[in-house]
Amino acid sequence: MSNATTLEKVRGGLRRRYRAERRFRMAGMASVLVGLSFVVLLFGAIINAGTGAFTQTRFLLDIELNERAFAGHDVSPDALQNALARADYRGLVHQSLYSLFPEARSRHDKKALRKLVSSGAAFDLRAQVAADPSAIGSTIRFDALADDESDLFYKGKINRNLAEDSRRLSDRQIAWLDRLAEIGKVERRFNRNLFTRGDSREPERAGLLGALTGSFFALLVAFMLSFPIGIATAVYLEEFAPRNRLTDLIEVNINNLAAVPSIIFGLLGLAVLLNFFGLPRSSSLVGGIVLALMTLPTIIIAGRAALKAVPPSMRHAALAMGASPMQTVLHHTLPLAMPGVLTGAVIGMAQALGESAPLLMIGMVAFIVDVPQNFTDPATALPVQVYLWANQAERAFTELAAAATLVLLVFLIVMNLAAVLLRKSFERRW
Amino acid sequence: MNPLQIMLLILAASSVTYMIAARRATRFAGLPGAGKSRPLHYGWYAALWCAIPAMLILALWLAMEPRLPDTVRNPFELGGHFALMTLLALTFGAALAWARRHLEPGHNARKSIERFLRNLLLICSSIAIFTTIGIVLSVLFEALQFFSLVPIGDFLLGVEWSPQTAIREDQVGSSGAFGAVPLFAGTLLISMIAMTMAAPLGLMSAIFLGEYATTRLRSVAKPMLEILAGIPTVVYGFFAVLWVAPTIRNATLALGLDASSESALAAGAVMGIMLIPFICSLSDDVIVAVPRNLRDGSYALGATRSETVRKVVLPAALPGIIGGLLLAISRAIGETMIVVMAAGLAARLTANPLESVTTVTVQIVSLLTGDQEFDSPKTLAAFALGLTLFAITLVLNIIALHIVRRYREQYE
Repeated sequence: MSNATTLEKVRGGLRRRYRAERRFRMAGMASVLVGLSFVVLLFGAIINAGTGAFTQTRFLLDIELNERAFAGHDVSPDALQNALARADYRGLVHQSLYSLFPEARSRHDKKALRKLVSSGAAFDLRAQVAADPSAIGSTIRFDALADDESDLFYKGKINRNLAEDSRRLSDRQIAWLDRLAEIGKVERRFNRNLFTRGDSREPERAGLLGALTGSFFALLVAFMLSFPIGIATAVYLEEFAPRNRLTDLIEVNINNLAAVPSIIFGLLGLAVLLNFFGLPRSSSLVGGIVLALMTLPTIIIAGRAALKAVPPSMRHAALAMGASPMQTVLHHTLPLAMPGVLTGAVIGMAQALGESAPLLMIGMVAFIVDVPQNFTDPATALPVQVYLWANQAERAFTELAAAATLVLLVFLIVMNLAAVLLRKSFERRW
Repeated sequence: MNPLQIMLLILAASSVTYMIAARRATRFAGLPGAGKSRPLHYGWYAALWCAIPAMLILALWLAMEPRLPDTVRNPFELGGHFALMTLLALTFGAALAWARRHLEPGHNARKSIERFLRNLLLICSSIAIFTTIGIVLSVLFEALQFFSLVPIGDFLLGVEWSPQTAIREDQVGSSGAFGAVPLFAGTLLISMIAMTMAAPLGLMSAIFLGEYATTRLRSVAKPMLEILAGIPTVVYGFFAVLWVAPTIRNATLALGLDASSESALAAGAVMGIMLIPFICSLSDDVIVAVPRNLRDGSYALGATRSETVRKVVLPAALPGIIGGLLLAISRAIGETMIVVMAAGLAARLTANPLESVTTVTVQIVSLLTGDQEFDSPKTLAAFALGLTLFAITLVLNIIALHIVRRYREQYE
């Protein structure tokens, strides 16, 4: 009797239990899906915002390089240089624009018209004329860089249906821009400035070269410091260290450093490297040293794992042939562990490339136009450039920040793929 | 000559020494006492003796130079680095003579080099210790200076934070207020939002991938989730500004609420996304470590999978999971870029996730970026905050690592 009731109880509960089972399973699947959808959302939002910055608008202008503007250029080479330096290129660009729109007569209109072209166009024109002074006196074709607002307009990011006073372009300016497009004077090209120039206050002339160079120098310093030191530490702890207090202390410290917030390393760099040792502020040298200290634990932990994976029989064989412990490590164990160590180093460098918080502390956030030439020049880094541009008010800078993020992500993906390939192609099963 | 050129010169001279010594040592073959070391060991022995003392002298000189009197720096007015070069040449000569005396078959050069290498390895290993000491000393030193200006009680218990010191002495509020409680509260609020989002999602993902998913699904979904772990935090911060904050603001406006564009919710949510893969992989490690026979025992008694997970696997893995969550909290507290970009600057004591709050890390960044003199209470306050942050994360990390290790030993 009691058996039957137990069985009934179990059977009665089965449906409920199976439902609970399904619910639990669905909850698990849902969390994975939510996680994956975040990946898609994040990449989608950034790609959507950033792809526009890889192209930019240019106006195809005809510029008359009249003799008057370059007075005396044909007297002597010196006079030519003088004339080239003195000429009013800005005026030439503006003249060409006015001639396209003769109806813009008032000062107010002319000013609005001038605003459509980037103020940097004059510099480009100067470079073009200096490259070919023989064109003076004739009319040349010049591709003038559009202002960031005009650029955004052609990319469809300025809503022309908004009320006039709530957008950055006036009705008249929009009419001109439409007209320019109609007569075929507008062209969208690959944004070369993005990869050939440093930062700028003008979004259309701002580029990543300075940040890329800064990151490169900082990573070079970080690698040259953390790779040898990391290997040495891993070798010592794995192959030589006796079990004593000192070894324990070192291990505790490494584990702990791996979990210290990155901004604390920035404070260390500020107090010790900048204020105590007086190293140059904002330099990629200091940035590199700080990043090296941060990536050290990653490289050490990866190196130890790689050394541990080398089977003891290799060591025994070398020792049996009369090699000293140091020779065993240097000639046999370490070369066998090298693929693993390198993989760890690449992953560590990828981490260092994405790190920005400690760099803010040591002054690598300054607005720097010049591309750094060496380790002590003021520099900024790729992730910091993202931060700087994301903080700017103009919408064109948001687009640039998204583009810089995409460049950063491409570098990271390449580095991580390299690490995976390295591991795959050199992995050994003993 | 600049220091780099001098360094290259020393290295070049040492390589010449290496070649000469190694060549001489080839003649030792067959002599009594030879055979323990090879010519290259003698070469290295001589080269190291030449290079290292000279390098040390150079480093010492560079460190001391600004403090040396002119008569020492440039005694004969022969320009540039005359004194330094003489010193280096003397050191180099002495080292060369020393190495020459030991260049004989009876001397085991290999042993000396190996001893040297071993010590070098030990020195490299202790850099981890020196880094920790450096962090503690630098932060502590500046923080103590701060506490001599602002009492530690006011800092830890005060509820008003306005570090903007006035330009003139007699202005109102010229001393600034350094009560850090609003910062701690803001940090806690954002971390809590992040954890309420990341903990269930990360844990459930780990359970699903570990207990339910087929091997194929797991091999696809796990690396995909780990992409999130490799994304730099500045990208998360930008994502928060670009998409999450406006979306939350529009959603709340539609509901008739008014969320700040720098709401704690946006920063916390994005931080939660960042923590999902972290919690997932830490929980995965401990769940996988639960022995198979515990699960088998549960199945044998007729339990369903979810019952096994909830009543057997999770309780067994609990210490490890808690350790992982503590590590995640420590990361959330120390996270900088997301909050710098997505959270606000105004120190507000509120529990409303739609308002803008500030955090410890945001304040450290805002106090230390830009130019100001180094000894003002404003900059020193950043180090006091840094010390607090370091202490809190250190304690959390030590507890978490201890729990995880204890747990692992239990099943090994």
